[in-house]
Amino acid sequence: MDELLRLLQKNALETPADLAKVLDSTEEDVRSKISEYEDSGIIRGYQAIVDEDRLELNRVRAVIEVRITPEREGGFDHLAQRLSRFSEVESLFLMSGGYDLLVIVKGETLKEVAFFVSEKLATVNGVISTGTHFMLKTYKDQGVLMQDEKERERLQVSP
Amino acid sequence: MSNDQQKTRVASYLRDVPRSGIRDFFEIVRTRKGVISLGIGEPDFVTPWHIRESSIFALDHGATSYTANLGTLELRKAVSEYVERTTGMHYDPESEILITVGVSEGLDLAVRAIIDPGDELIYHEPSYVSYAPVVTFAHGVPVPVLTKQEDEFRLTRSHLAEKVGEKAKALLLNFPSNPTGAVLTNDDLKDISELAIENDLTVISDEIYSGLTYEGEPTSIASVPGMKERTILLNGLSKSWAMTGFRIGFACAPAELTEAMTKIHQYTMLCAPILSQKAAVEALLNGDKASEHMRNEYRQRRNFIHKSLNEMGLTCHLPKGAFYAFPYVGDCGMTAKDFSCRLLEEENVACVPGTAFGAAGEGFIRCSYATSLENIKEAMKRMSAFVSRLKT
Repeated sequence: MDELLRLLQKNALETPADLAKVLDSTEEDVRSKISEYEDSGIIRGYQAIVDEDRLELNRVRAVIEVRITPEREGGFDHLAQRLSRFSEVESLFLMSGGYDLLVIVKGETLKEVAFFVSEKLATVNGVISTGTHFMLKTYKDQGVLMQDEKERERLQVSP
Repeated sequence: MSNDQQKTRVASYLRDVPRSGIRDFFEIVRTRKGVISLGIGEPDFVTPWHIRESSIFALDHGATSYTANLGTLELRKAVSEYVERTTGMHYDPESEILITVGVSEGLDLAVRAIIDPGDELIYHEPSYVSYAPVVTFAHGVPVPVLTKQEDEFRLTRSHLAEKVGEKAKALLLNFPSNPTGAVLTNDDLKDISELAIENDLTVISDEIYSGLTYEGEPTSIASVPGMKERTILLNGLSKSWAMTGFRIGFACAPAELTEAMTKIHQYTMLCAPILSQKAAVEALLNGDKASEHMRNEYRQRRNFIHKSLNEMGLTCHLPKGAFYAFPYVGDCGMTAKDFSCRLLEEENVACVPGTAFGAAGEGFIRCSYATSLENIKEAMKRMSAFVSRLKT
């Protein structure tokens, strides 16, 4: 993968000037490459990684295993795309193994998520079954640890 | 009081060895708060988890004993395989590899194994702080050869040849170099090898930073034809795998020299700690991806710091290895030490004055980029402000 993308994935706030220095490139070059990635849809957006547990919102996140019937011609794609349009759905993946789709759903309350699953998700034509697991605590998300690491003691000056 | 009581109990050869300049500077820095330090000679990464975990696993399973003096065969085999993979040379794990407590011990053993009292050992300056003292401790004579910024601090045959006299017994090389980040070209290695062979020098090659080479593949002087039989290759896991605290190094050398070093090691150190040896095996066998990741990070920081230093008007060659930039500050109207002290006082940024690495370091400071890019950015901002105040 292009090093520029890797750096942006790590910290999207890095300025083009600094990125150019790090990559031994020019600022214009970095800017134009970023625009290309944005235009071609390779970069799909920029978000902050938030530890919501600290906000004490008591929001609910659930992982739902969904089995579906693939459609003639559309395969899994058609139904998967349809399900991914629900605003409650945060992420959706096609899986190998015991079920077909892994759906991550976010809601304000347990009831809201339960309602979404039973009333919306499960009732869609082609959905065979759902298995819902509620998430209790986040330790690491998108490569970022959610607990503060104690600062390590390191000599300030060493040979 | 009688004369006897006034006399020091410290051995005379030791009294004349000065304290490390690094230690002096450390004493100044530690009194301050909120310092951004570019003075640190060790990786800022924590040892990769899978390596730490293998030590924990070993401890769980009761690995608490001594090992063979040479180190565990398992580790020596892993070292043999690693050295062959990275340098193309084969060393026999049974007789040509010794596991040491860091390269520091390896260096001490190598010097003591080959130096008789009065023998000269030639090394290049600016250099790592231990070289001259270790030779003195062995009752040898350290002979520095200057390396210069115009040569990007490479050791050249012509500078070296001037210093090779009758009593020259050995040559100590450290490339990639701490503090300059210099790397030798293949031609340099060939030239130096010729000179070493002509003068029958034993070469100690401290290659601790070989895993942190940013341009091309690292080449060991031992791989030059005719050199393996006269070279003690020293390396370790501290830098490439961020394992400084594990204290694992290794020496690869002809059986005769390995045996000689082992003689000292068995009586003074016995063996390297077993838990660290276990972790080292994991690093050597399964740690390529982790070290590659860290090398890549260092390379990017190096690009950043190199560009920033030159932009603020400090001449700095591109360091091709290790994790140090070594810019020239001699045109700021003060000594390297004053520059470092004032930078610390006025901007709370710590860089080590070049003179800590020998007199040849006057006019330079060492900026370690083994710290986060965030820290480097802030340090460069502060340093740039400082330099522009000095230069106006």
